[in-house]
Amino acid sequence: MGTVRREQHIECSPATTWDFIGDPARLHEWFPLTDCRVDGKKRWVTTSTGLTFEEDIVLLDHELRRFQYTIVNNPLVTGHLGTLDVMDDGHGHTLAVYSTTMKPDVLALVIGGAAGVGLKKAKSILEGTV
Amino acid sequence: MGRRILFITTDQQRFDSLGCNGGTIARTPNIDALASHGINYTRAHPQNVVCMPSRSTMITGQHVATHGVWMNGVPLPDDASSIAATLRTAGYKTALIGKAHFEPVVDPFGRFVENKVAASGDETAFHVMPDGSRVPHRGFDHLEFATHSPAASLHYSAWIRENHPEALGMFLPNLDMDLEVNSKGGGDTNAPQVHHNPINKEWYHTDWVADRTINWLDSLSTDDDWFCWMSFPDPHHPWDPPQSELGRVNWRDLDLPAGYIADSARREEVLRNKPAHWMGWYDGSFVSNYEAPAKWIPATLTADQVREVNAMTHIENELIDEAIGRVLTAIRARGWQDDVDIVFTTDHGEMQGEFGFLFKGPYHVDGLMRLPLIWKPANSAHVAPSVVDAPVGLVSLAATFAAIAGLPTPEYVEAPSLPVSNDDARSRGFERVLTEWDSVLFDKVVRSRTIHRDGFTCTTMGRGTLHDGTEGELYDHRNDPLQQVNLWDDPSHQSLKSDLLSDLRDNLPRTVMPLRTCDAPV
Repeated sequence: MGTVRREQHIECSPATTWDFIGDPARLHEWFPLTDCRVDGKKRWVTTSTGLTFEEDIVLLDHELRRFQYTIVNNPLVTGHLGTLDVMDDGHGHTLAVYSTTMKPDVLALVIGGAAGVGLKKAKSILEGTV
Repeated sequence: MGRRILFITTDQQRFDSLGCNGGTIARTPNIDALASHGINYTRAHPQNVVCMPSRSTMITGQHVATHGVWMNGVPLPDDASSIAATLRTAGYKTALIGKAHFEPVVDPFGRFVENKVAASGDETAFHVMPDGSRVPHRGFDHLEFATHSPAASLHYSAWIRENHPEALGMFLPNLDMDLEVNSKGGGDTNAPQVHHNPINKEWYHTDWVADRTINWLDSLSTDDDWFCWMSFPDPHHPWDPPQSELGRVNWRDLDLPAGYIADSARREEVLRNKPAHWMGWYDGSFVSNYEAPAKWIPATLTADQVREVNAMTHIENELIDEAIGRVLTAIRARGWQDDVDIVFTTDHGEMQGEFGFLFKGPYHVDGLMRLPLIWKPANSAHVAPSVVDAPVGLVSLAATFAAIAGLPTPEYVEAPSLPVSNDDARSRGFERVLTEWDSVLFDKVVRSRTIHRDGFTCTTMGRGTLHDGTEGELYDHRNDPLQQVNLWDDPSHQSLKSDLLSDLRDNLPRTVMPLRTCDAPV
């Protein structure tokens, strides 16, 4: 399994950050996607190249501020767990961490790259620079 | 009206593949003529031996430590320095036709311009600057992209889909279902990445790149100054030239290359005398980087497979030479022949059987580092032909293009323009050339830094998965042209080694930190 992690410091309270990026239905507002749809424990996301990924929501813990999901029913992806953690940085602001573990291994790099730009965009939105 | 510039690159071509450099198999009369009438550099090195970092050095004129594209998959920022942008500002019409690869190819999120511009239908992509002005992507007015097959979202893929859809499945997929470099074998010997491709020669990407280049040149006014980067995807694997061309070189007729050590016991003895990542790749226990098939074990490579891969490569090189000939004819037809500078090179080399390997990786030997580099100055410049054996790097290309255009050396470049003779090289201090490698593929880390000077290549390994930072390689090219004897621990060479390493430390720019993230495998 390939695994990557992206971290982003955000000058915003963890509660405010979690309200935004912890909402599974708002992923397309900050992640490089064109569409996102949630139905119960299922989510479908679509990229600008027209690819749609079906996902199972594994965990949505508002106390821990942790969201976990896995890509399913995809002939290419044979193993996956994505985790988003929103934590207090010790000064009342946010440390957001997006990690993904995946097979094929190298797809983890691609998801990690998208997560990196996604977290930067979330930071811009939350800090009011966009 | 100034000197125009035709910049020709190939992908993964060896120095010894050309007739002008001693090659005896592929017929390359057009490139050989550029060499005989121009300047042929016999010790040109890339600053990194894989595509994205090396190409980023070409366009920025910077070492890898500075431009920050430290391995394949790390995108060159859209606002990175670009010699094309500098030339365009000076009034040049600019185009990049063929393989770019400053940005990752594996891009399911559609993040990168290179993968989006074809679908946009626009001639180029624009970026809006803080002052509201619009600048074309990397300074190119015209972009038309291709890679090693139509299995991507580039212009060549769209052209095949639209005009010859039956050809879509004819190429060997470069990646397998695990998105690893394909280890699938084919041809007559089951060699990895060899494939008999039934495609028509005229539909193959080599001819397409030349056709599109001619088309762009035809769109220009006679008085235009122009910079055209014509970038062939070959002879990079997969080795799948049009089947109709296989009669050009029969692999059964080929001698084995000098660097191939036929006796496996002797081969393994040579590898054991090198740092541990050599033997680790050979026996399949340590595939450190994405640029070779993860499921292929080099120790299984047979002599006939080496012959067949070499034959395919020679065929691809002949096709490139003929395509270049067509473009040069088109330039003559426009009456530009006296005012065009032509620079020919490649981004990195290819093992092609040396030490029992194919492909590339963190192995700083001539197979991957010694490149063809030829500069045919415009006739109007009256530069005498010469052979330059001083060490030079692709890092000098950007300054060279600026000099051709009569512009001052851009502030962002880190190396002067190429010397036009050995005397010029001596007077301007061309003594050394430097190459860097960093790769992190999950839990496998390899780092190395290399200097070539005074006929020696010296590589120091940084701390990594298999190295503690004390290992290295030192080769004496005069007495060991195939780099089979590692002098790193030889007592009589310790003073020289120390001097070379000191020189390396003094001249390599400090790596810009933090390292940028790797966003894709390639």
